[in-house]
Amino acid sequence: MKKVKILVVGGGPAGLAAAAAARDAGVKSEEILIVERDGELGGILNQCIHNGFGLHTFKEELTGPEYAERYVEKVRAAEIPYLLQTIVVDICAGGESGDGRVKYVTVMNKSEGLFTVAAEAVILAMGCRERSRGALNIPGYRPAGIYSAGTAQRYVNIEGRMPGKEVVILGSGDIGLIMARRMTLEGARVKLVAELMPYSGGLKRNIVQCLDDFGIPLKLSHTVVDIDGKERVKGVTVAQVDENRRPVPGTEEYISCDTLLLSCGLIPENELSTGLGVELNPVTSGPVVNESLETNVEGVFACGNVLHVHDLVDYVSEEAESAGRNAAEYVLRKGAGKDGGREQAIVIKASGGVRYTVPSVLRPEHMQEEQVVRFRVGDVYKDAVLAVYFDGTPVMRVNKRVMAPGEMEQVKWKKKKLEEYPDLKEICITVEDK
Amino acid sequence: MYDVIIIGAGVSGCAVARELSRYEMDVAVLERASDVCEGTSKANSGIVHAGYDAEPGTRKAFLNIRGSKKMEELSRELDFPYKRNGSLVLCFSESDRGKLLELLEKGRKNGVENLRILERDELAELEPNISEQAVAALYAPTGGIVCPFGITIALAENACVNGVEFRLNTEVRKVEKTEGGYRLETSQGVFESRAVVNAAGVYADVFHNMVSGRKISITPRKGEYCLLDKTVGDYVNSTVFQLPTEYGKGVLVTPTVHGNLLLGPTAEDITDKEGVNTTGKGIGDLLERAGLSVKKVPAGKVITSFAGLRAHEAGDDFVIGEAEDAEGFFDVAGIESPGLTCAPAVGEYVAEMVRKRIPAPEKKDFAAKREGIPSVALADRKERQALVEKNPAYANVICRCELVTEGEILDAIHRPLGATTLDGIKRRTRAGMGRCQSGFCAPKTVEILARELGRDMGEICKAGGESRFLTGYSKEG
Repeated sequence: MKKVKILVVGGGPAGLAAAAAARDAGVKSEEILIVERDGELGGILNQCIHNGFGLHTFKEELTGPEYAERYVEKVRAAEIPYLLQTIVVDICAGGESGDGRVKYVTVMNKSEGLFTVAAEAVILAMGCRERSRGALNIPGYRPAGIYSAGTAQRYVNIEGRMPGKEVVILGSGDIGLIMARRMTLEGARVKLVAELMPYSGGLKRNIVQCLDDFGIPLKLSHTVVDIDGKERVKGVTVAQVDENRRPVPGTEEYISCDTLLLSCGLIPENELSTGLGVELNPVTSGPVVNESLETNVEGVFACGNVLHVHDLVDYVSEEAESAGRNAAEYVLRKGAGKDGGREQAIVIKASGGVRYTVPSVLRPEHMQEEQVVRFRVGDVYKDAVLAVYFDGTPVMRVNKRVMAPGEMEQVKWKKKKLEEYPDLKEICITVEDK
Repeated sequence: MYDVIIIGAGVSGCAVARELSRYEMDVAVLERASDVCEGTSKANSGIVHAGYDAEPGTRKAFLNIRGSKKMEELSRELDFPYKRNGSLVLCFSESDRGKLLELLEKGRKNGVENLRILERDELAELEPNISEQAVAALYAPTGGIVCPFGITIALAENACVNGVEFRLNTEVRKVEKTEGGYRLETSQGVFESRAVVNAAGVYADVFHNMVSGRKISITPRKGEYCLLDKTVGDYVNSTVFQLPTEYGKGVLVTPTVHGNLLLGPTAEDITDKEGVNTTGKGIGDLLERAGLSVKKVPAGKVITSFAGLRAHEAGDDFVIGEAEDAEGFFDVAGIESPGLTCAPAVGEYVAEMVRKRIPAPEKKDFAAKREGIPSVALADRKERQALVEKNPAYANVICRCELVTEGEILDAIHRPLGATTLDGIKRRTRAGMGRCQSGFCAPKTVEILARELGRDMGEICKAGGESRFLTGYSKEG
């Protein structure tokens, strides 16, 4: 059986950055393996041909494929092995050996068939999927012409094909906004972007650059209540919703179109993780992790959109590098000291408008010099304050001009800060008035 | 001149076709859609009813029991998914207990085996998620679940292999009695046959009334459904019914044979024979009514909803048999629940009648067995390895949610009556049936279909007609 120290599931931005960081932290290249289900490395970035990537990481504006290429290059230069068009079928911890520290990863591809790799650590970096029409319970017929925005993006940018000519987009997630512009540039007519919530789910800059600049209307607090067309979409009925997100009778408007694109949220793809026994956070649908981005299954780490859905890929890379370093540390010191003498972990609690935090548990002895905690808020807040409490004592207040659910927030503190609170049990992060 | 033309490639038409394919006859099936199983047969509960509903002594009761008993053997012979998971009819108040006992009595008279009443304690033990309001239940261990596409496609393929001609994209427009039989005008020209089997689902009344003075009337009765993620597929183990109402059997909660959870159907009489749209009200009602049966409907796990039309005949019974005033015209009409269960029996029953009119010897080379498409998802490690060794395409996963490989998709395209559309692939292999609802695999499947059928990707349809996925090229594409 093939053996590696670290197996990375997914060769997208998260998996690439994690693998590269693990190698930089001292794991030999040949002891790492990246398993990618697609035909090339780079993940979904390969179809994101617009620019705006890398402003934080590289201080320049890159397209998705260019951003991916920087990490692909790192992996290639370091000669980290990877398998393409290879699917991970199953991961189990321990298995017949009874040693829970070994993970058996069963994979399958055309050239080598079905085989198992034993890994000391696994980094989950499988990304996410788009919420489908079915999950949204949109009534109506089921014709061709209903696509998730990402599927449409693949048709246009990878296949060079247009999925439609007259388009209505439901949901103002970033991919939907990007596709509104993309479809317009390719000659389609985007008639409307409807958003169920009273605020957009995407980045402000995308609203401006993808809708406003092209005169595409955005209707907030609106949704699609019916889909017309038995073979191909003929039109959709859009209605206003009340504060409980229920359609308001009498506000229905029929819009003829041949395409409905959906950009109504992303869901981390954790079917492999749950099969392995990884505990998920119901808010993020991603694994519950500690400061090392390690899940409840020892030696299994998570990063990127499989952990929680990010707004910017720059943060994915940063988080993945951290996961890679932590996994490296884990395998290099064989996890010693981790299982033994586990001291009281500090719980990080999301409260008052903060929906969740990643990580949600902090073990001070494993903390790096600086701890970053990422999260999203549940509503739009203007001129508010992000407050951090250590066991009820206010330790940090950050003024925020605006916070919105579409953008990820973060707070960080130094290890030194924590040392001032030796008996700390709970850290609370909350949104407060100024 | 055919011996028999069957109108409609739903489960009933295909069952009759398969039974007739045992004999030396020229049989054709005319289907207006681009694939078999495109009407009522694709959108129903997928239940094999035990047989306690039908009035004792009626033909419906006979066909139900016979169909239910035949199903297991047929599923092995034709290799389609079937499981005997048992069914429950819940009773929610002591005052309704009488109705439950009536059902028990009917079932016993019909010959349903091992029927019994479960009291609250036993019920809760069998089904921990059952609603607290259920006071007792009728338990039928012989109730089952079947893949409605699986059975229909299997019957059709087997009929095809045994010589039945399937004419897809062939819409019958007119049926006329002629000297020696019938003349059928279709979208693909004129066909003639000695006998006609009318298995046209919600349109069966239209064809019947073209040749018979004794009119029948079929109302499409819409049933809306929600399909839930496999993570809640074991929310119940049995098929859970509620005591019947005047609109049918009420809303059921059941695992599907593939391991999803299914809720439905509603019952609404409509006029549009193509009205398979779901409605906000329907889905809302459905979730609410399902909440009567189980503790907390996991509504957040819905992965898709759909609607089907039952062919409800005004006389509230199956219309099966030769039309009294149209010799050689055999109806298989008004086949609503338990039509899927009855299909194996209906096939035999109708074929027997047809043979009386058109005697024909048995074929010597009839191939009763059919092998389905192997499922990588269901295969164990050894079987997977064997498949991959046979063809590496079985290691190339196309649909990640349901773990469907290129090998299975190729098989679906190239077998008899192979898939030509995305829905055809979906119903044969489950690619696109999972939680992402084909978001990831559709572009890949479209590409494979185009490549294998020698067509451009732009010509590939979801389900025939104008249901194309792509409308053109991007500017520099």
